[in-house]
Amino acid sequence: MAEVNLRKVVKRYDDVEAVRGIDLDIPDKEFVVFVGPSGCGKSTTLRMIAGLEDISDGDIVIGGDVVNDVPPKDRDIAMVFQNYALYPHMTVAENMSFGLRLKKYPKAEIKQRVDEAARMLDITDLINRKPKQLSGGQRQRVAMGRAIVRNPKVFLFDEPLSNLDAQLRVQMRFEIKRVHQKVRTTTVYVTHDQVEAMTLADRVVVMNNGRIEQVGTPNELYHRPATRFVAGFIGSPSMNFIPCTLEDAAGRLQIRLSDTLAMPVPDQKAAHYRGIARDKKLQLGIRPEHITDAKATLEPGVSAFDALLDVTEPMGMETLIYFNLNGSEVCGRVSPNAGARDGGVLRLAVDLNNMHLIDEGTGLVI
Amino acid sequence: MASTLTIDKAAPRRNPGYGSMSRDRAWALKWSYFFLTIFAIFSLVPPLYMLVTSLKSSQEISAATNPWWVFHPTLSNYIQLLTSNQFLTFFFNSAMVSIFVVTITMLISVPAAFALARMRFWGSATLATGVFLTYLIPDTLLFIPLFKMFATFGDWSGIQLINRWYVLLIIYPTLTVPFCTWIMIGYFASIPKELDEAAIIDGASWFQTLTRIFIPVALPGIIAATIFAFTVSWAQFLYPLVFTTSVDQLVLPVGIITTLIKGDVFNWGQIMTGALLGAAPPLIIYAFLMDYYIAGLTAGATKG
Amino acid sequence: MVDIPYQPGRVAAAPARRRRGGLATMMKRKSMVAFLMTLPLIVLIGVLVVYPAFYAVHLATLNKSMQRFVGLANFQFLLKRDTFWLVVQQSCIFAITAVVFKALLGFIVAHFVHNVPAKGQRKWRGMLLVPWVIPPAMSTLAWLWLFDPSYSAFNYTLGLFGAGPIPWTGDAAWARFSVILVNIWYGAPFFMIMYLAALKSVPDQLYEAASIDGANWWQKLWYVTLPMMRNIIAITTLFSLIVTFANFDIVRILTAGGPLDHTHIFATWAFKIGIEGSDIPLGASVSLFMVPILAVAAIFILRDVHKRGNES
Repeated sequence: MAEVNLRKVVKRYDDVEAVRGIDLDIPDKEFVVFVGPSGCGKSTTLRMIAGLEDISDGDIVIGGDVVNDVPPKDRDIAMVFQNYALYPHMTVAENMSFGLRLKKYPKAEIKQRVDEAARMLDITDLINRKPKQLSGGQRQRVAMGRAIVRNPKVFLFDEPLSNLDAQLRVQMRFEIKRVHQKVRTTTVYVTHDQVEAMTLADRVVVMNNGRIEQVGTPNELYHRPATRFVAGFIGSPSMNFIPCTLEDAAGRLQIRLSDTLAMPVPDQKAAHYRGIARDKKLQLGIRPEHITDAKATLEPGVSAFDALLDVTEPMGMETLIYFNLNGSEVCGRVSPNAGARDGGVLRLAVDLNNMHLIDEGTGLVI
Repeated sequence: MASTLTIDKAAPRRNPGYGSMSRDRAWALKWSYFFLTIFAIFSLVPPLYMLVTSLKSSQEISAATNPWWVFHPTLSNYIQLLTSNQFLTFFFNSAMVSIFVVTITMLISVPAAFALARMRFWGSATLATGVFLTYLIPDTLLFIPLFKMFATFGDWSGIQLINRWYVLLIIYPTLTVPFCTWIMIGYFASIPKELDEAAIIDGASWFQTLTRIFIPVALPGIIAATIFAFTVSWAQFLYPLVFTTSVDQLVLPVGIITTLIKGDVFNWGQIMTGALLGAAPPLIIYAFLMDYYIAGLTAGATKG
Repeated sequence: MVDIPYQPGRVAAAPARRRRGGLATMMKRKSMVAFLMTLPLIVLIGVLVVYPAFYAVHLATLNKSMQRFVGLANFQFLLKRDTFWLVVQQSCIFAITAVVFKALLGFIVAHFVHNVPAKGQRKWRGMLLVPWVIPPAMSTLAWLWLFDPSYSAFNYTLGLFGAGPIPWTGDAAWARFSVILVNIWYGAPFFMIMYLAALKSVPDQLYEAASIDGANWWQKLWYVTLPMMRNIIAITTLFSLIVTFANFDIVRILTAGGPLDHTHIFATWAFKIGIEGSDIPLGASVSLFMVPILAVAAIFILRDVHKRGNES
């Protein structure tokens, strides 16, 4: 087991920079998830840690050794691939033991390690089958078994669940977490699915455009996003962004959303925002769950207004509503009994205690 | 909703102008079988006629009876050929040449295909195209310069290769290696990239990746390539005709034609028996491994 | 862009050991290993294909005893010979007629095989491919026997209907017909197999969509099947053109070029002059006349194969 450090890591393909200088320290035993849209450089970063891509610039350190020029087999890592990459002509046991056999481990030890991993993953019955005879979830377990058996310093996962159906994905997600809790090996996991990232990670690394946008625990990212990108990427349905400006009204700070709609900023937030120039172009960031049907009495910091609904989507436990506010489509989540219907008018409450203000120019959350 | 609509279920209109679809299909099928039977007869007449003739005595062949039927079947032609040292020599030479050529071909083309499919290096794309072009160069273009080359080589080094059956081991690979390399490139390229990455992470060297992963996974392609190399070596006629002349150095096709046809005297019973025995190995392989045979045949144009 | 948790102090606290010289040399070694793996192939092609091809050009410029450079004299000599023009004519007739009929027959048979239930297809395909499997030298012997002047089984059958006998290999026109017939018999199965594979790769939905759009049998063939198969048809035809044009076995065994050189094609004539007649330079010159046609076909094949590669 070991910690992994990335120092100003850069990957260039000809004249395109896929990864533009990444700095990250992953302590021993941590489960780190890289998440971001496709093409953001997360898989490239993982493949550089694995040694499948060489590094254009910077250093990768595993367990205290700079491994820039170390071939994959000597990095003591194990990797689980998106399409599992099981050797089709080998049985499950042979697949899992291939690496150990190449390193000429004694037969007894190989068998013991394979049995142990198989038991951990609940695939003991499948040990003599070929990959073709296995279901997607079983193949995924074997691929994980192959990684566990090697007892490496670092586990690398490259979108391991994206070939599974939704139900199996949830189950395997749980399985991966359970295995990590048992073996406590440092893990780097790449996915484009933010739910996977949130549920699995000790820390999430959000990447965009070859750079790290933010690193933090799932709760930090959700409640205190650093940039507009992170705010929009984490959470589903994603956060609403509404153009707005700040203004003073009767000694209080309020945000103006349209010619007819302005809302007072709650006191606890106002102190923080008071220094912002009044003519600065801003965006109000507010999650759908903070736009609900208005109750008879409003809590402090909550403002109410009437909205003309464009579309409603009943989900059972709640109804998603969409309406237009000053040119942006806004999503809210209301009670199924609130009487929302397509084209109807509904009184909504916005909980500004959970608002974010984003500088339109820099994309940073203020 | 359904209750508010009244549909007259009882009397949908039938258009008598259309025949039954299943009847049309049955007719199409009958015609297909009819024509397929004709084409099958056309295909099988020569080999069947070989068989019929091989079972006849020379008296029956020269008699004016129905040539399509055997009235007095005899195995004498087979017995004569299979006990003739000459014929067995031809068979032995053919077998040796084919087995060695298959081995040489696979030893050259499998590693080369692996390198060209997976280990990009300077000039590898050009080389792959070159391999394909080489496969399009026919034997009839090269036999004269090759003959002269080997003659000159014999004069210069004192190693006489012409009129030795093993000279064919050097020449036949020019026919088999390009095609086998080409289809193996196609097979190797169809193996997912992650599989060799997994092997590399598992600690396999390039050589181990080839022998432990690629060869087993691409086994169907290797079988197809092997079959191709074998049938080409077994059937090749021009090169042995040019390069070998002594009776003890001949391979089967040339041997049958040069020794069983003596001047204008054609011993057709024996010629047909020899031809059938010469056709037997490829036919037997084909009968058992038809799918691999066809896969290899179509791979040339559909892979790569 | 913000909040990059680079903690220089931490890494500095655990000074990293550097391990150099692994990956870079591995990459270099990879190219080296790859080159060594292809070396036998390169040597084989270089020494036994490319070199003889150029050597043929050199040989063609020598006199019969190969001691004197004569420039283009061999070619000039050939262009003045009537037999040479007979060979050019026959090679073209032979290759074009045979390829056209092989392609047509292969196309038709492939459709019939495709038509019958999948269970029976294997059996039919198995029988219809037999001509391609038998070594052509062996099967041509059977044809030679079927065409025998005195005992021809075909003439016997025709005789039952009061027709014939036909001088299959004795008369120039019939001999030309016979070599083409045998070549069609031998080569049509290859087309059949290729076209069958292509037919199977056309998705059924396309035909169903065409049916719903009101296409009849002929329109489906013209607007769906042929466009989908176009590339395979082109590659197969060009490939067969090369092989047929360069054919040797069938003509050599069936007629040996006779009667009166009327069925000679480039390969058999080159063999007769170069090997049997021991005039190697002249034989090399004859075979070199195949190069332009082969080269044109090869260029088109290469283009089509690349196109296929890009599509998939």
